[in-house]
Amino acid sequence: MATLIVAARNITRNSRRSLMTISAIAVGTMALLLFGEFVSQIFVTLETQNVVRSGHIALFREGYYQYGAGNPAAYGIRDYRSIIRLIAEDPVLKPMINVVTPTITLFGIAGNFNAEASKTIVGLGVVPTDYNKMHHWDEHHLKLASSAADKPLNEKNDNHGFIGAGLARILGYCEALKLGNCPKRPGVGRQIVLSGSGGNKRDFSSLEEEVKRTNPSTKKEMAPRLDLLAATANGAPNVVNFYVDKAIKQGVKEYDDSLVIMNFTLAQQLLYGRGEKKAVSIVVQLHRTEDIPAARARIKKLIAEKGLKLETRDLMELQPFYKQAVGMFVAIFTFISIVMAVIVLFTVVNTMSMSVMERTHEIGTLRAMGVKRRGITIQFVFEGMLLGLIGATIGIIVGSIAGVLVNHAGLTWHPPGQAYSTPFLVRTKGVGRLLFDIWIGLGCMATLAAWIPAYRAARIKIVDALGHI
Amino acid sequence: MADHPVVVFENVSKVYRVGEISIPALKGISLRIPGRRFSMILGPSGSGKTTLLNMVGCLDQPTDGRIEICGEKVGEISDDKISEFRAKNIGFIFQNFNLIPVLSALENIEYPLTLLKMNPSEQRERGMEMLESVGLAGHARHRPNQLSGGQKQRVAIARALVKGPSLVLADEPTANLDSKTGASIIDLMYRVQEQYGATFIFSTHDPQLISHAQDVFSILDGELIEHRSED
Repeated sequence: MATLIVAARNITRNSRRSLMTISAIAVGTMALLLFGEFVSQIFVTLETQNVVRSGHIALFREGYYQYGAGNPAAYGIRDYRSIIRLIAEDPVLKPMINVVTPTITLFGIAGNFNAEASKTIVGLGVVPTDYNKMHHWDEHHLKLASSAADKPLNEKNDNHGFIGAGLARILGYCEALKLGNCPKRPGVGRQIVLSGSGGNKRDFSSLEEEVKRTNPSTKKEMAPRLDLLAATANGAPNVVNFYVDKAIKQGVKEYDDSLVIMNFTLAQQLLYGRGEKKAVSIVVQLHRTEDIPAARARIKKLIAEKGLKLETRDLMELQPFYKQAVGMFVAIFTFISIVMAVIVLFTVVNTMSMSVMERTHEIGTLRAMGVKRRGITIQFVFEGMLLGLIGATIGIIVGSIAGVLVNHAGLTWHPPGQAYSTPFLVRTKGVGRLLFDIWIGLGCMATLAAWIPAYRAARIKIVDALGHI
Repeated sequence: MADHPVVVFENVSKVYRVGEISIPALKGISLRIPGRRFSMILGPSGSGKTTLLNMVGCLDQPTDGRIEICGEKVGEISDDKISEFRAKNIGFIFQNFNLIPVLSALENIEYPLTLLKMNPSEQRERGMEMLESVGLAGHARHRPNQLSGGQKQRVAIARALVKGPSLVLADEPTANLDSKTGASIIDLMYRVQEQYGATFIFSTHDPQLISHAQDVFSILDGELIEHRSED
C-alpha cells in the first residue's frame, strides 16, 4: 500500500510530463473505444440483417451445399414436415427456437410479356407467416428498417410476393411499383426477349394467352404480373403466374437484378410441378445467436438418431460475406489496437525512463535504506500502471460520452453491400466487455512498458546511484 | 571502555576499473571499529574514505579481503539478504539529506519501518516519537521542500535512528549546513547516540565534528595511516 501511495505521489512530481502521458493514453483509449463500438455496431447490424434473411442454422440434403445449386430439385427434403416437427417440439431446442421453416431456392426465368422483357432469377420460396416473423427478429434492439415490417409478405395469396428493385426495373415495372431512379428505357424492347427469336416470343405470348383464358380473375389483379419459368425435378419446363406486391432494393446489384421472393407453395409448384412436393432446406432461427453451437449440436444429434441424410450449416457458412466482413473488421481492429499499444508502450517507456534518470539519486537512497531491487521495480511499475489506468479511465469516460454524441449527431453512411444509407452509429450498450478489455489491455501495456525502465532502475549500482548528480 | 567491534576489516582492497585502467581506492585495509561510540574517518578528498564508508554500509563489495559488520560476513550473502541486513541494522545520514520528496517529514521517518513490516499504528507512534526527539514535532506534515537544511538533516537523523540500528553511517553530515546549524546537528547526534546507544561512523572534514570523536581513523591514498582512540 505504501508503495502504491508513493507511486501515486511520484506521478504528480512532474505533472506536465505525466499529463502528456495520460493524455496520449486517453486519446489512444478513446480512439480504440470509438472504433471498437463502431465495429461492434457493424457486427450486430450485419448479424441482424443476415439472421432475418437466412436464420441461424439451415438443414440441407447431404451434398446440397456443395453441389445443389446446379440442380436444387434433385436435393429436395422429402419428409420436411416431420423434420420440422422433430426440431420444433424437441424439449432441448424448443426454448431456443424462434422459427423453424421450410424454404426453396430455385433458378429460373421471369418474364413480363407486355414489356417483352425477361430475366434469369434466383427464386426464394418462403412460408409468409414464418418469413414475416423472421423479419421481426431483433436480438440487439437495433430497430432496423425491415421489408416485412414495412409491408409483410402476403399470407393469403399464394402467388404474390416481392422482387428485387433491379429486376422490377429490367422487367419494366418501374411505374407500377413506384420505383425511383428509373431512366427511360432505350428503344430496344424487342431485343429483350427470352432468346431474341420471334419463335420463342410467340411461344411465351401464347402461354400468357393461355393463362388469361384459364384464369379470367387475373384481369382484376392490380399487382404487376410476372411469369416464372423453371425446370422441374424431371427436367421439364414449368410456368407459374406471380404477382409483385413490392420491389425491395438489394445492396448487391446481381442479387437486386434477380431476386424473387415467393410463397413456398408457389415455389414448390414451380420446382416440382405435379410431382412430390419437397423443401430444399429447413431454416432455423433462434432467439439468440449465441445458442448456435448448442442448437446445432442438438439438431445434429437428432438427425443422427433418426438416420436422416441431412447436413447443417450455420450463419457463418450460410453468409460468407458476413464472415468475411467480421474477419476484415477484426483484422482492422487488431491492427489499430497494436498501433495504439505501441504508442502507449513508447510513451510510457519514455516517461518512465526520464523519471528513472531524474530519480537515480533517490533510487540509491532507497536501496541504501534497504529497499530490495524488487521493491524498486515494483514502485516504477506501479507508477506506469497508474499512468496507464488513469489515462485509460479518462479515455473510456470521454470515449463513452463521444459515442453518445456521435449517435445523436444524425450522421449517415452507406455500408458496403447495403441498399440504403443507414445511420452512422456506434454501439454504446452491451459493450461492457469491450470497455473492460480496452481498459485492462492498455493498463497492462502501460505496466509492461514501465517494467523495462523499472528493471533497469533496480539494477543500478547503489554507489553509482548515490553519486549520480 | 570500547564495546565489541561492530566493523571488522581484514586486508580489504577495492580497485575500480575504468576501461583498461585500474584505480586502487583501498589498499589492504585492516581495522576494527568499536560499538556504541562516535568514530570518524578522516582523510583528504580522493583518499578513499567514502569508499571505506560504502563498504561499511554494505553498499559496495570489496575486490579483495573480508568484511564483517555486526557479526555478519557481508561478502558472502545475496543482494536481497544484504538489503534486509541494511534495512534492519544500518542507518544512513547523507550530506544532501536525501529525503524522499513526495513524503512528509513523518512519512520519511516511518519509511524504514515499513521495510521492516511494522504495523502502521506502531510506525506512526515510533515516527512521532523520533520527530519529537529531533525537535520537529510541529513539522510532521511538512514535505522536505518546506523544511530548512537543518530541519531536513534532523529528519534524516530521525529516519536513520527510528529502526534502532546497530550502526549509523554519516557521510559529511554537516557539509551543507552553516556552522551554527551544523553545531546543533552535532549536538543532536551526540545526544541521540547516547540515548539510543548506536554506533556512529562519520566521514568528515568538519573540525567541530572531529572534536566529538572517540575514535579517529585517518586514511591517505587508500591506506589506513593512523588510528587514534580516546581510550
